[in-house]
Amino acid sequence: MSWTATGAAPKPATPAWMKTIRPQHVLVLLFLIAYPLVASPFWTVQIGAQSLFLGVIALSLMFLAGYGGMVSLSQMTVAGVAGYMVAVFGTNSTHPLFGWPLWAAVPIAIVIATAFATLIGIISVRTAGIYTIMITLAIGVAAFYFAQQNYEIFNGHSGFAGLPGPVGFGMDWRAPMPFYYMSLAVAALSYLAVVYLARSTFGLTLQAIRDNARRMNALGFNVNLHRVVAHAVAGLIAAIGGLLYVWMNGRVSPGTIDIGPVIDILVIAVIGGLRHPIGPFIGAVLFVLMKNFAIDLISPERFNTLIGLIFLAIVLVSPDGLLGLWRLASDRLKAAGLNGSTGRQWGNNSWRNNNGK
Amino acid sequence: MAEALRLNRAGAAHALVLEGVSRTFGALVALDKVDLTVGAGERRGILGANGAGKTTLFNAITGDFPSTAGRIRFFGEDVTKLAPFERIRRGMRRTYQNSMLFRGLSVLDNLYLACRGVSAGRFSFIRPRQDDAALESARDLAHAVHLDGVAESLVSDLSHGQQRQLEIGMALSGAPRLILFDEPAAGLSPAERRDLVQILSALPRHISFVIIEHDLDVALRVVDRVTVMHNGAVFKHGTPAEIQDDPDVQRIYLGGKHG
Repeated sequence: MSWTATGAAPKPATPAWMKTIRPQHVLVLLFLIAYPLVASPFWTVQIGAQSLFLGVIALSLMFLAGYGGMVSLSQMTVAGVAGYMVAVFGTNSTHPLFGWPLWAAVPIAIVIATAFATLIGIISVRTAGIYTIMITLAIGVAAFYFAQQNYEIFNGHSGFAGLPGPVGFGMDWRAPMPFYYMSLAVAALSYLAVVYLARSTFGLTLQAIRDNARRMNALGFNVNLHRVVAHAVAGLIAAIGGLLYVWMNGRVSPGTIDIGPVIDILVIAVIGGLRHPIGPFIGAVLFVLMKNFAIDLISPERFNTLIGLIFLAIVLVSPDGLLGLWRLASDRLKAAGLNGSTGRQWGNNSWRNNNGK
Repeated sequence: MAEALRLNRAGAAHALVLEGVSRTFGALVALDKVDLTVGAGERRGILGANGAGKTTLFNAITGDFPSTAGRIRFFGEDVTKLAPFERIRRGMRRTYQNSMLFRGLSVLDNLYLACRGVSAGRFSFIRPRQDDAALESARDLAHAVHLDGVAESLVSDLSHGQQRQLEIGMALSGAPRLILFDEPAAGLSPAERRDLVQILSALPRHISFVIIEHDLDVALRVVDRVTVMHNGAVFKHGTPAEIQDDPDVQRIYLGGKHG
């Protein structure tokens, strides 16, 4: 959208990215910043922060699937590897190994998780469609059993507990409000990074490979290199989300990367929508709300039935998830002439274009 | 050896020289020892009934489905063994019969990637600047194929005719020396055909092209010479007038049904 807009005009006073900011964006940002000031600690952390970091992990899947056409089921596994590594290299109360301080353990955890994701990419990019799903699922299941049965490093079934959260600047970042803001900052940065990348040469190349890999190859682009790099980028995002995940709970165990959480990430991304990076966050809010309040509607064991039914309903009505529903509704409204505005509708072209905003 | 052929081999005057190019699929001989010479700047039409091997010939020339025998020279250089992208970087382009466009991206994005593919530095995490050379070329190409009005539209929202125009724009990216057009007029309305003839006629004269086209009104208006193919082999070369009047050609192609 922003490419040709400035055409022959003299150098614009405001940078192009500023022009894409609309009132809705400011409102959402203000709400997200003000939210913990009015919300209880439960709503701040269990609902707010959890939605944000689950959204970040699901965002990594959206990046791979939406732009790269590669549905990877091992994004939660990558997040879990980051969590495990920060426990292995850092301190914990159950199975102390290295005992490094967090400033050393965190970078190495992120590097190892990203390398792991890159390896998954190298293995899986030669496959397509259902086979990519199968191979990444297999890697996820293998990682789960490996973590469960290895006691020397992964401490087997019980995993690690008593992980310290980050401290610094005179604050315990695991306290509700700091933790929320840390999650918000990570989510916002990941979101903006993905939005930026989508319109970069790399992002455009990735989307073109999704549409027609053979032609991109003929044009002289290295298709597999771009796919592997996409896995690395998504792995980096998932790893950072994984750190927040284990810091909130203070522990990491095979249950963190079990098949359930692995599928949860897919559900979050799909019900939110894979067309735009905001989708996974919308999906995460709905998912977290359901997970916490389904107990009031039905018995807790029936949560999976409920989320499954909602998943089915959304996918059947709108293949593009809640984002698609939104667009459908706004198109209907416009068709009915109910909002006779100039038609420059938020989310209309931009979502379909995979355009950054 | 004749002097003319020696000159061919030196590549002095010819964009494309095919010597005995064959392509077999198992026992099926799709291309049978095709010899073809296209001069620099020449516009050549290829005619032939369905299954005559026209698109197979294009695939062999571009390397999409490499030839199984024979030699292909591109401006004198032997490209028989080169990968498709290496031939593209040497200035060979093609359009496809079925859309091979990037449907989820805009017209400008498609053209930008085509331009970027033939330039150095194809990998970048940075967004292209407004004055990026490839982006400027993409805008020029959109104009050249009459698509500036829909430059920001998604390819999937374009009409069939506009998609064919975009295919041509993609083929014009970089510095093409030879373009292979695979039935660019298929499925176009009369108005779109006129547009197409105009675009093809406006191509710079130094660009050679080979065009497969069933519509003789389009083909014979833009080409210098015509090659007729039949059953995977070259049947006849000639000027458009010679080919139109040739009784053998009329028998196998123009009036084929009445055999």
